[in-house]
Amino acid sequence: MPASTQVTPQATRSGWLTPRRRKAILTRGVLYLLLVIIALFFAGPLYILLSTSFKTMPEIQSGGLMTLPHEPTVQPWVTAWGEACIGITCGGLKGYFGNSMVMTIPAVLISVMIGAINGYALAKWPFPGARFVFAALVAGNFVPFQVVLAPVAVTLRTLGLFGSVEGLILIHVIYGIPITTMLFRNFFLSVPNDLIKAARIDGAGFFWIFFRIVLPLSPSVIVVALILQFTGIWNDFLFAVSFSNPSSAPMTVALNNLVNSNFGVKEYNVHMAATVIAAAPTLILYILLGRYFLRGMTAGAVKG
Amino acid sequence: MRRFLQRHVSQVALSPSLALIAIFLYGFIAYTAAVSTTNSKAFPRFDSFVGLEQYWRLFHTPRWHVAFTNMFLFGGLFLLVTISLGLVIAILIDQRIRAESFFRSIVMYPMAMSFVVTGIIWQWLLNPTLGIEVMVHQLGFTSFRLDWLTNPDTVIWALVVAAFWQGCGLVMALFLAGLRGIDEDIWKAAAVDGIPAWRVYVYIVIPMLAPVFLTVVVLLSLSIVRAFDLVVALTNGGPGVSSDLPSVFMFDMAFRRTNLGLSAASAVVMLGTVLAILIPYLYVETRERA
Repeated sequence: MPASTQVTPQATRSGWLTPRRRKAILTRGVLYLLLVIIALFFAGPLYILLSTSFKTMPEIQSGGLMTLPHEPTVQPWVTAWGEACIGITCGGLKGYFGNSMVMTIPAVLISVMIGAINGYALAKWPFPGARFVFAALVAGNFVPFQVVLAPVAVTLRTLGLFGSVEGLILIHVIYGIPITTMLFRNFFLSVPNDLIKAARIDGAGFFWIFFRIVLPLSPSVIVVALILQFTGIWNDFLFAVSFSNPSSAPMTVALNNLVNSNFGVKEYNVHMAATVIAAAPTLILYILLGRYFLRGMTAGAVKG
Repeated sequence: MRRFLQRHVSQVALSPSLALIAIFLYGFIAYTAAVSTTNSKAFPRFDSFVGLEQYWRLFHTPRWHVAFTNMFLFGGLFLLVTISLGLVIAILIDQRIRAESFFRSIVMYPMAMSFVVTGIIWQWLLNPTLGIEVMVHQLGFTSFRLDWLTNPDTVIWALVVAAFWQGCGLVMALFLAGLRGIDEDIWKAAAVDGIPAWRVYVYIVIPMLAPVFLTVVVLLSLSIVRAFDLVVALTNGGPGVSSDLPSVFMFDMAFRRTNLGLSAASAVVMLGTVLAILIPYLYVETRERA
């Protein structure tokens, strides 16, 4: 960062500002003005989403996108959660929120577990051809999943899992292998080999070393992997819309159906409350664990 | 048996994953490629071999033309906007500002949102009877028009602005990490020589960020080829098919129009596009390391 733009408190003795100092203050002023405009662009949509979700429909129709609600009401939230009509059923989002949780939590835990074991095997128990195996697994990160959609649909039908939450879990676990394997393998490379060697001389086995030595050394990468997978699976739409049916649909599909349906009057306040509910779990993760979140996103940016 | 397991425990631990990926990834890619050479409609049928006819048909389908062109149009604009503004925002945040982590968090939180949520939010903001247009009218500028969503010529900008809002945080973070990795002495030397900051950025710092640019371009390009949810939630391909993308075309042909053969051909073209981005990148990367 440039040293010259730093403002140091050095007003002259007479109280007047030197031209140089005036220029520095002006530069800082422009800098903060730009930053505030940028912040408004990024934060504005969330503010509008939240404030509109507490407004009544007449108030929304009277305009005033940026105003706070005059008569705040939680009715839109109650409707979105328990009463809104999605497709032909009118039970709100709560069932779909449940679907998403029941789908996401096991899929995240299983895929992180598999990725950790794979990464450990590749990084710490190398064998001839390990690099090739790694490349073959990790290449999956770059594949656009459109190219496997149809055969996956056929397979799920054959297994009797099409349209079920279990089917979605299976698919998320399988297609989570490339990214979790890559994340853990790259991290485990930094675990000292001497630790592993010493334990092996003492007669420790593959899994003993994994659970007693390697995993305790890696809480941060586990958190990163959990966040990455949770965000990816919770936010997934492509697999969800391709392989779910109305009773097993996760939040992303339900939200899209609620908001983009062409039937009835559009209740914007309900839709906005629904959108906040759909975004809340990953947003809360971001707020609580921002640092790990960024690491996960950077690692996960390659995957589909 | 026991001794075999002990000696090859690593391979044994990896084999289930390898088998799953071999079938569900490589096997299924081959399956889709095979379907693309058939005349399959609602169900895959391998007794209707037509060679490359589906590809010929694909590139003679006007809707695919729109979708394929849009991928490059949307992609080009999105890359340009996100990289230039992402870099500018990273530079602004890198000026020893107060409340740095506050500004960083605000730019980055949208990446926690799904593309469905992002699309829905921007659908409201760009709605001429509800969103930003009404707000600007109330400020007194009654001739202001923001009809991106209803105008086929400009709808692509709606996708660009929404994708930028969601994706800028990651790009900014990558550039910021790059800026923080640059030797402080360069700035001290430039200050001693009295070189203005902007010149140092343009002639020294930004060229040094070349590897970050490469990473960002590849990451964003991959996300452009795969873009699907955003279009479905924001424009659903409309007005008409003016904001269609290959992924939407593929999905529509496979699941709604029961034209699996054509859909498979479009999916293979998408995979080909990804390879066209990736192979030169991997070539450059591995050559630099060697």
